[in-house]
Amino acid sequence: MSLKIGVPSKGRLMENTFQWFGERGVAMRQTGNGREYSGAVEGIDGVDLVLLSAGEIPRELAAGRIHLGVTGSDLVRDKLADWQAQVAELAPLGFGHADLIIAVPAVWIDVDTLDDLDAAAAAFRAAHGFRLRIATKYHRLVRDFLTTHGVADYQLVDSQGATEGTVKNLTAEAIADITSSGETLRANHLKVLSDGLIHQSQATLFLSRAAVWDAPERAALTLLSSRLGLSVPQL
Amino acid sequence: MTPKAAIRAEAEALFAAFQAAGAAPVEADILLPAETLLDLYGEDIRARAYVTQDPLRGEMMLRPDFTVPVVQAHMTHGADPARYTYLGEVFRKQDHLGPRASEYLQVGYEVFDRTAPEAADAEVFALFARMLAPLSLRAATGDIGILMAAVRGLNTTPRRKAALLRHIWRPARFRALLDRFSARTPQPASRARLLQLLATDVPGVLIDQSASFIGLRSPAEIAARANALIDDAATAPIAAEEAATLDDLLTLSAPAALALTHLQAIAARMPAIRPAVARFATRLDALAARGIDITTLPFEASHGRTSLEYYDGFVFSFHAADPGLPPVASGGRYDALTAVLGQGKSIPAVGGVIRPGLVAALKGGNP
Repeated sequence: MSLKIGVPSKGRLMENTFQWFGERGVAMRQTGNGREYSGAVEGIDGVDLVLLSAGEIPRELAAGRIHLGVTGSDLVRDKLADWQAQVAELAPLGFGHADLIIAVPAVWIDVDTLDDLDAAAAAFRAAHGFRLRIATKYHRLVRDFLTTHGVADYQLVDSQGATEGTVKNLTAEAIADITSSGETLRANHLKVLSDGLIHQSQATLFLSRAAVWDAPERAALTLLSSRLGLSVPQL
Repeated sequence: MTPKAAIRAEAEALFAAFQAAGAAPVEADILLPAETLLDLYGEDIRARAYVTQDPLRGEMMLRPDFTVPVVQAHMTHGADPARYTYLGEVFRKQDHLGPRASEYLQVGYEVFDRTAPEAADAEVFALFARMLAPLSLRAATGDIGILMAAVRGLNTTPRRKAALLRHIWRPARFRALLDRFSARTPQPASRARLLQLLATDVPGVLIDQSASFIGLRSPAEIAARANALIDDAATAPIAAEEAATLDDLLTLSAPAALALTHLQAIAARMPAIRPAVARFATRLDALAARGIDITTLPFEASHGRTSLEYYDGFVFSFHAADPGLPPVASGGRYDALTAVLGQGKSIPAVGGVIRPGLVAALKGGNP
């Protein structure tokens, strides 16, 4: 069997990934007519390219259906429980930077820290009869972060898109979402908590611990990692 | 692995022993409405319990423990006083891949009795100790009631006490608040800036100037907290000596009889905990009367602070030698929970659970 490497199937993430590997002497390209989700790795034997949605790569790594995969470090931490037991981080790739942060309405002059958010949540629950709502799609990361910092009296509400609009639409009081420039937050009258940085994400090359690692896959990995200048964890 | 049949047999034996001790067997639903549990435990319970969606009943949870359904059943149609026992599966998601079970049996014993809470504490602990005696477990005990009394007795504002009480079960946040209230850590820079602005403008003006208003949290609520921050800034810090006494209390760890001496010494500096320490002494007498050696029984004032947050008095657990194993048994007093679930009614309650799976494994020599 060959070593399968999963790469985001479109857009800047795919282009940057191809460029990162290309600079290190591993040429990746899309095959077919450019809309077809198939690809090839050239200049190295026994490595297959699998084009996938970045959001599905964590799951495919956990299941062992791909040996290596490129995706956001935020997605792996959020989608995989006990992620370090399931995958290993081989290399941060230096692009796809985004910060997962907690933001509240800019008009909340009394709230700047998690300590403030916690106190506001207690008062909010007493006044409104329900726990302060934080809209996010990063449930595990946000909950773990708030638990670690001892914030109580909140609830997470699911928001898969346009999360910055939930406060204005009265479906949440605060949000936890990724931001790169903060432009969208400001446009939606939100501000970031000064200690509300949950995770600094970037595109990262991961290795699946669940994949089949027989002699051919190990040989391909050794070759690939020496080409990329990476050290390989114990399998 | 211990065979399931052996675990079931062990569970039945424990269940029978609790009934022989005078408890009435009760049943509880496995599918529970998630909202009650979420309101009680907060969002953290989602990480530990299986949540599922019912098209008609909304979010449901696979029973993470028996306490809530048993208390609810008692508050709706229970006798007073009452002793209950139950046997069944509970379900807990695990954070790490590994041997910890996500589905296991629990056998429990709960006492609802108004007459003599300390005697009921001793009854439950002594019963568990006797039933588990062949396993030579290490016991641990604590008393959240003393900590709560100490916080309530602090010489500071009701608002600060309420903030500390709310975080008794979150030691890190409790510590951060106590350090700030006692001026051991400075206030955040943003707080200082805000207070400076509030010195010249009322909150309403700052709110109007800051940004477009959005959201459900009203300007009045924002202004109310801003005013609370002004009040808090004008409040004297908790005296260093008082904060140090509270630290002594939080870190107290000693055999129970010796702990009583320490607690009495702390109570001399902190009179507010005297009634709670008197109850501790009464409990020790009751434990001794039931044959517990209080000169060796371990006591830690902070024991039980990181468990599920409803214990508000005596807490206990029993542990195997392997620190990697979960407690074989645990329990405590949860008077406030009965008030929350009782819709106006409340009754002092104490109880605990045993994990028959661990008991069977320890007996079989393969935990």
